[in-house]
Order: sequence, then structure tokens, then C-alpha cells
Amino acid sequence: MENEVLRMQGITKIYSNGFVANKDVTFGVEKGEIHALVGENGAGKTTLMKILFGMERHEEGSILINGEEVHITSPLDSIAKGIGMVHQHFMLVPSLTVAENVVLGVEPMSNGLFDFDAAVKETQRIADKYNFDVDAKTRVRDLSVGQMQKVEILKALVKGAKILIMDEPTAVLTPQETRELFEQLQILKEDGHSIIFISHKLEEVMEICSRVTVLRHGRCLGTYDIRDMTEAKISRLMVGRDVVLKMDKPQHDRGEVVLDLDNIIKINTIGKRVLNGLSLKVRKGEIVGIAGVEGNGQSELASAICGLDRHTAGTIKINGVDIGDKAIKEIRDLGLAVISEDRMVDGVAADRSVRENIMSDRFDKPEFKKGIFMDNKRINQMVDECIQEFEIACDDRDQPVRMLSGGNIQKVVVAREFTSGRNVVLACQPTRGIDVGTAEMIRKYIIKMTREKDAAVLLISADLNEVLECSDRLLVMRYGKIVGAFNDAKEVTEDILGEYMLGIKTMSDEELEAAL
Amino acid sequence: MLTWITDFLYSVIKLSAPIVFATLACDISRQAGVYNMSAEGNMLISALASVVIAGMFNSVWAGLIGGVAVGVLMAAIIAYAHLIGKTNMYLTGLAFNTAATGGTVFVMFMLCGEKTSTNAAIRSYTIPQIQIPIIDKIPVLGKILSGHYLLTYVALISVILVWFMLKRTRLGLRMRSIAENPQAAESVGISVVKVRYISFLLSGLFAGLGGAYMSMAYVSFFSRGMVAGRGWIGVSAMNIANGAPIGSSIAALFFGFTDTLSVSLQAFNIPIQFVNMIPYVATILALVIMNIVRIRREKAREKARLAKMQEKEGSAVAH
Repeated sequence: MENEVLRMQGITKIYSNGFVANKDVTFGVEKGEIHALVGENGAGKTTLMKILFGMERHEEGSILINGEEVHITSPLDSIAKGIGMVHQHFMLVPSLTVAENVVLGVEPMSNGLFDFDAAVKETQRIADKYNFDVDAKTRVRDLSVGQMQKVEILKALVKGAKILIMDEPTAVLTPQETRELFEQLQILKEDGHSIIFISHKLEEVMEICSRVTVLRHGRCLGTYDIRDMTEAKISRLMVGRDVVLKMDKPQHDRGEVVLDLDNIIKINTIGKRVLNGLSLKVRKGEIVGIAGVEGNGQSELASAICGLDRHTAGTIKINGVDIGDKAIKEIRDLGLAVISEDRMVDGVAADRSVRENIMSDRFDKPEFKKGIFMDNKRINQMVDECIQEFEIACDDRDQPVRMLSGGNIQKVVVAREFTSGRNVVLACQPTRGIDVGTAEMIRKYIIKMTREKDAAVLLISADLNEVLECSDRLLVMRYGKIVGAFNDAKEVTEDILGEYMLGIKTMSDEELEAAL
Repeated sequence: MLTWITDFLYSVIKLSAPIVFATLACDISRQAGVYNMSAEGNMLISALASVVIAGMFNSVWAGLIGGVAVGVLMAAIIAYAHLIGKTNMYLTGLAFNTAATGGTVFVMFMLCGEKTSTNAAIRSYTIPQIQIPIIDKIPVLGKILSGHYLLTYVALISVILVWFMLKRTRLGLRMRSIAENPQAAESVGISVVKVRYISFLLSGLFAGLGGAYMSMAYVSFFSRGMVAGRGWIGVSAMNIANGAPIGSSIAALFFGFTDTLSVSLQAFNIPIQFVNMIPYVATILALVIMNIVRIRREKAREKARLAKMQEKEGSAVAH
């Protein structure tokens, strides 16, 4: 315990609307450890960290740094006490250089002027010390997402942070960048820094953390040694019930082909073939999963199918009709439902209400109209049914979607798409960044759609467990085309999948032909 | 012909000066992330205040300082409304400018009993003209560059000072960061409200200088609506260079040029309405052209970034 650098003792936070975000939460972080903070969306992780970083005030409890009680009143105060936060949404100024971003707020001065050279020197010194591969003079807008995150970490380090809060740092990273980040976190740890690692990815928690604190509904369930834990144990603590890691999937007959992609080629603005002769078929009543390392054309494939972006060559048929140059709405009216990859951009209109978001694809349907007017009674009834059926936690149907938690926002999307009566479902990363409970529910709905409504589902997901659990058939995508196909997802292990994803193995055209 | 050209270029500089002040007033707000559109009204109020205060104290300097002080005060009021009262900047600017149009006439009528100009009622004061030694001896160039009003040179120096402030001082760095990502600045303990307040006050300073120039240099009295859209042209010039002081001042100079052109062309047999239209049509054209250029440049930058990433990806794969 003498190694404890931070202790949050009995923290209680009640928002002005009466919502209890944290109730008597206690946890401690030791010097030189990576400490995981896990919990479902809305479990109170973010609030707890906001309190620590001075962005929220707590009602009860105390914060101790190096054994001494401190009162943190603002982020600045928190920074001064050696706490740094790497926000999930980067807090960077794109047109400024790395060095300028890093020293912002603590600018080195000489003769009353900002000393750019000193800023560069200092930034480079710390970057080199922790093996961060960034050039201090580059403008942030020219960096990759992974590099931007490093700038965020540098920002905290340059201000002398000894305790780093990392809010879902890997959510935006590629697997390679994640690997790199983990190596750097290890270096930081060995250098005596303490890291609070907030994540949904339990395998990452298992990999790099030494201890884990679990929050549920604002309460702390305790801190555990990772050595004593398994992913299943942690997730059971998080959701308070056993998450069905094996999805229950009744046998079902496949029908005719309703989504047919033939030799799709997409050449993007810089001339790269992001889709390179991709063909696949999805039949009624089946779920076809697409696995692959992110950035191998999955997003482009999804955009091509739903019409957000046009493919260069090849045909896409939905229910037998070529989507050609059809408008997005026309494509959807052919029977396509879409859970988009980025729900905040393409999935919902964040400032509009739950009601309007659910209505947005059916406002022109005769059943919701009364003459030239909207039939509000009918609409409200339909929306309330959706809220109930999909357990959307909102104040009422008129609450802006932006106010909901990530999981509930996704439920709004799912409610809309799964009640639209469309029979081809394109589900892109349907459970990304949302809590385990909601994720499970969404997966169940996807299966239900195929089993009960005979829908065809194309599931694109970076979550291997998800693709393996949910899919009937499995495809592996690499470099914009299918490199592996398995007629029975049950027979595939993560190891086999990994070999195809990483290009260790590739199926020949004949093998693919046979499997497809 | 040579005299005509030198006179013309001299006029360009003379007519550009108030636009440069207006532009700087807009620039400095833009650089802190605020689209401040109050320069038009603020210049008008400052122009009247300069004349009145100069008349009261019988001093051109009192008029200048008073006019600028009123400009800063007006900016402080707008800043308070926007930053503390959280009013919408467009509506605030619009209301302020409308109020200034009527308010200046109202105040003028109260003080002078006149509704068009202070010419008869208040003694005229003019800011002195400066002969720059050595330069005024150079043929042609001396005639163009020397002999301007003091404030014209102040405008020129201000452009450089603003540029320097933005590039080299802590305030400038913080302003730029706030303009682009206020949350980022806030998260490292920079007070967005404080920095924006400062930028508003500086904006008022330049609007005040511009106003004083209008009524004590451009002409030597106040007349209703005398700013005549220069504040708005300042907004355009700011927009063209995205708030960069040097770029937008060059744009201001261009507008000064079209302004001069419209004055000069009146001597020829061209309908005055057409001539008066020139600066404004030029504004629209300039905005369109600059935007096309900007979009192209951004696309090219995006392309370069993608290419770089792809190259990196390629090497990672090869690895």
C-alpha cells in the first residue's frame, strides 16, 4: 500500500437531475501499474474519471494523491497534481504543430515571446525518451490517428503527469497501432508512471493490466488481480449475469439469394483498389459474417452496398434488382436495412429526438399519414413500442438522441432498422464501443431477424468473437477481396481465421468457388 | 498620365486604410474563433465619437483617443453579450449594426440639430499628414507612399503587429488554438472567455481607429452612414484569407483599389450606379475565386496525406 499514488475513497456523485452516477466508489492505483477500469456504458467510469480530472465535482468522498488528501477543482488543478487525461475524442488543434499542441497552456517563453524552438526541443526530448515516433515540427492535421494519440500522451507527460487516464485508447487504433501503444505503455509503466486504462475490450485488459476495478451501475464491485481473473469472470461482474458467450442459434433453412455482389471493384480518390473483385452472396435466413483486419475494404464494401459511395465496377443486386446509380433511399426501398459503422455520423441525427430518428425512414409511408398530415398518434404509438421492445433507456421519445449513452443510441438505430420490414440487413460493427449487455441484445436480434423473419444478414465486424458467434457462414476479407470462405462458421476457430486475416493462408479461386 | 497614375495609387492607399482597419478588426476576432460582424457599426459609432470628442476638447488627439476608446467600449459590450450572455453572434452583430445606423443619426441630431452631417455644427479636426523623410524625395514613389495621414501608417504597422502577435506571442498561439478547437484549449487550462474578451477589445481598437480615420482623415466631419459598407468589406477581406492578417490586408488593398477605381471612373462617362457597384461585385468575385482556390488546396493536402498513409501502409505490409 505504500506504493499507492492515488486513492479515490468513497466517491459519490449525484447529478442535479437525481441520477446517481457514482455511489461510494473506492479504488486505488499503485505506482508503476496499469490499472483497468471496466464497466458497462453508464456504469460510471467516465464520471469517476471526470471527477479525478476536475471536470465534475463529487458530493462525498475524498481523493488522495501520495497519501495526502487533495481538492481538485479544475482540469488545470488536476494537471498540476500530476494527473493527465488522454481523451477519447482528441483535444488537438490540427493546424498547429505537434510541439505547439504539446506545450499549449504551459508555453515556454523567452523575452516575453513564445519560444517555439524550446517547445520543439522539449517535445522531442520526451518523445525520444518514451520511444514515440513523432516529429515535433509536423502539423497535427498531417498525422495518423495513432500518432495523434501519441501527441495526447505527450501533452500529459510534458505537464509532468505521473498518473495517466486513458479513456478507451484502442477504440480508434488499428491492431498494429494498438500493439505499438501497448509497448509504449509498458515503457511508461517501467518508468514509474501509473496508467488508468478504461476499455471495453477485455482481452486487452487481460493482456496489459495488472489489476482491474469493476464498476456496475455506479457502484464499485472491487479491485481484482488480473492473475485471478478470466474474461468471462470480468464480464460476469460487469453485467451481473452470465453473458452468453455462445450464441443460441437454432437451425434454419436458407432460401434464395437476396444480396448478390458480383466482382465489385472500387478505386478510391487516390487510385488505390480498395475493393478488388469482391463477390459474395447472402441468402434468406442466414447470417454471413465478414472478418478481416480493419482497413481491408470493409468500410468501402459497406458504403458501396448502401449507396453512400459508388463502386467503380461490378454489380450489386438487392432482392434481384441492380442498385446501379439508385439513390440511397431507393436502395433502401429495395429492402436494405443498415446499421452503419459510425452511428453518430450515419446512424442517427444526434440533435434530433428518439422519435424523429426512428421515424426518419418511414415518414412517407401511408400508415403514418392522415391525408397530407402526419398521423402523430400512430407515430407516437409506434415509437413507444420500439422504445419498449428494444429497452431504449431515455426520458421519453422526445429526448435528443445525443443525450443517450452509446449503447442506447445504437438501440435507436437497431430499433429503426429492424422494424422497417426490410429483409436484407447490412450490419457494420453493430456492437462497437457499446456495453456487453446491449451488445448481446443486438446480436440476439440479428439472429432473430434471420430465424423468425427470414431476413438475410451481412455482418461486418472487427470483433472476432462476434463474427464467430453470430455467423452461419464466414468470409475473410483481405486487400479488398474474399480470401477465405467457410460454409459452417462453427468449424472455424479464431486461429484459423487469424491465419487468413493476416495472409498466412489464402484460398484458391477453386476453393472459394466451392465454399461460396 | 504619370500624375494620374501617382494620384491614383496614392488614392488606393488612402482609401484602403479604413478597410485595412476594418479587416484587422474582423481578423483578430476570427483568430479567436468568433465571426465578429460588428465592425461596420462600431466604425460608424467611433467616427461620430471622434468628431464629437475632438470638438469638445478642441483637440484632434483627444478625438482620436476618444474615438478609439468608444470603439473598445462598444466591443466590450458586444463581448459581454456574446461571451457572458451567450447571445448569437450573427444576431448580436446585426442588431448592433442596425442600432449604430440609427443611433449615430439620433445622437448627431441631439448634439447638432442636423441629420446629415456634423460639418456645420462642429469644428473640423484632421489628423496630420506625414512626410516621410528620404522616401518623399524619391520621384513617383515618394508621391505615392509619402504624405499620407498618420493613421494610414498606423494601419500598415498594425498589420505587421497583428501578424507578429499571432505568430510569436503566447496570446497569439492561444487565440489560434481556441479558434480551431476551444475544447482542446480549455482542457489544458486556457480560459476561452478571457482570450476571446481580449480579442474583442483588440477588435474594438481597430474598429475605433478605422472610425476615427473616416471622420478625421478620409473627410473631416461625420455624415450619416459614412462607413458605407467598409466594415462589411472588412468581413469579406477577412474571409478571403481566413483571418490571416497579411493575406486579408492584401485583399483589403484590392478592395481599396476597386474603391478608387470607382471614384476615378466617375470622371469618365460611365453610369455612376455601375461604378458604385464595382467594389461589391469585386467582393463577390474575389470570395468565389478564393474559395475555389481554398477547396482545391485542401483537396490536394488531403490527397498528399492519403498518399503518405498509403505509402506507410505499403512499407508496413512489405515489412
